[in-house]
Amino acid sequence: MFSQRLALNRIHQLSKFASIIPEHVFSARTMAIQKKTCLYDFHVQNDGKMVNFAGFSMPVQYKGLSITDSHLHTRRNASIFDVSHMLQTKILGNDREEFFEKLTVSDVKNLAEGQGTLSLFTNEKGGIEDDLIVTKAAEGYLYVVSNAGCLEKDLEYMQKAAKNFRDQGKDVQVEVVKNGLLALQGPKMKDVLQPLIDCQLSELTFMRSVLTRVAGIDCRVTRCGYTGEDGVEISVAENQAAILAEKLLDNPLTRLAGLGARDTLRLEAGLCLYGNDMNGETTPVEAVLAWTIPKRRRLDGKFPGASIINRQLKEGATKKRVGFLSKGPPVREGTVILNEEGTEEIGKITSGCPSPSLKQNVSMGYIMKNHSKIGSKVRFLVRKKFVDGAIVKMPFVPMGYYHGEK
Amino acid sequence: MATTAVAKLTRVFAPKLVSYAKCRPLIPQSKVLLRSYTLSATKLANDRYFTKDHEWVTVDGGEATVGISDHAQTNLGEIVFVQLPDVSSEFSLGEECGALESVKAASDIICPLSGKVFAKNSAVEDDPTKINQSPYDDGWLFKLEMTNTKEVEELMNEDEYHKFLKEDD
Repeated sequence: MFSQRLALNRIHQLSKFASIIPEHVFSARTMAIQKKTCLYDFHVQNDGKMVNFAGFSMPVQYKGLSITDSHLHTRRNASIFDVSHMLQTKILGNDREEFFEKLTVSDVKNLAEGQGTLSLFTNEKGGIEDDLIVTKAAEGYLYVVSNAGCLEKDLEYMQKAAKNFRDQGKDVQVEVVKNGLLALQGPKMKDVLQPLIDCQLSELTFMRSVLTRVAGIDCRVTRCGYTGEDGVEISVAENQAAILAEKLLDNPLTRLAGLGARDTLRLEAGLCLYGNDMNGETTPVEAVLAWTIPKRRRLDGKFPGASIINRQLKEGATKKRVGFLSKGPPVREGTVILNEEGTEEIGKITSGCPSPSLKQNVSMGYIMKNHSKIGSKVRFLVRKKFVDGAIVKMPFVPMGYYHGEK
Repeated sequence: MATTAVAKLTRVFAPKLVSYAKCRPLIPQSKVLLRSYTLSATKLANDRYFTKDHEWVTVDGGEATVGISDHAQTNLGEIVFVQLPDVSSEFSLGEECGALESVKAASDIICPLSGKVFAKNSAVEDDPTKINQSPYDDGWLFKLEMTNTKEVEELMNEDEYHKFLKEDD
């Protein structure tokens, strides 16, 4: 089996996620340029299976816990993920909000202090250059977290734009936050974190962010994540990250989880993976992310690609991102979607996996708008055989976000 | 406000041409050897042959049994779906004849010898984890009636396979 052919096939499947090829197969040269997060030693000590991901050596899973085990543990208890490879930046200066609105679709001005939101860097064609979270920190700056795979691109983009902005006499600075970033995700997150944290988690609702202390360590805690579960992301000084991870791991409810579970969890939650489920050619309307563009921004039209995106908002797009359920062989990235009769190609899958929670296959992809109705039956072509599927509402599993006491 | 959260993983820039075959065994070699010696109920251990694609073959007269190596199952991880060749179908050496899927990825099964399939292990279709638990015994995949027994001579024996894994490392 695992011939070159097979290897290519398989790496193709994984190329945009985490390669399952162990790190040691890469040449010394490749290894040399692989970046490490501040938790690298911690992962190795904890038997993480390290792989190359977006240029970083990251754990895909940990010994003794399969991806399915790790996934289900996160859905039932809580898992710790290292997401330090992501880009954290501070946007400072008096004109920071105006500046950031020029680059993204968000209504930064009307964000409440301490509130964050999912946002998008768009391009002149209306495509998505990256997705990110921007938080209006109460301390007088914007805190931005964006993708590791777009790290250089995003940073250069923001810095160049800031320079141009300053040349116009405006006040803005872009500063990299050289911190570790730990995600603690799962319904038991609050049971693990509340005894350690200096603030009331009941007041920290979804997408709110505070500077606080956890186990006596200074950090920024934001209630967000990429699993569909209640959770937080904790930005912490690099030299404190492993100490904090140990403190969280002391609780028997927590386990370490890697990129493998992170991918299956986000897929079940219907969340996009940049590079797979959207890219510079995909608009927010097509990706069903138009909710990230508040009314005020649609009206002011001052973000890149606004005219194209506004036109799509009015007239609709020709394709749309939807979710699918199917049985039998898993449907993965690149799979062709056909109509129910199997006679017409109507779209393509961008991400898919066997769902550990549902014991069925979940996938998402782009389909022609006139075929995109929830409940419609489709066929996939997997290894030259038809596989039946249906369009279903995403997320595939219920979300556990905390929106406050009811 | 968002009912959806945040897309944060991102694409991997792994070199696309790294051969799977270059994976080093994740378990000690001694364990592999020990295992196959103890598990070969009907065959001597040196009757198990391997391909560079990490499949194994045992031969009994004109019949061959095919499975994947312990090294292969370790690297694939938890197998969740198996597509085996149909009984009576014929394949040439090197032809794709089925697939194994783990949570992480899909892999084709490449036919290690030319022949006609006369049996398949439906137990692994029902419970694919049998391949992970017992790659050399309960986890066999299918049986072939060989059309060219000389092809066996081209396969590696167990020692050669372990050398191959080492060299390829």
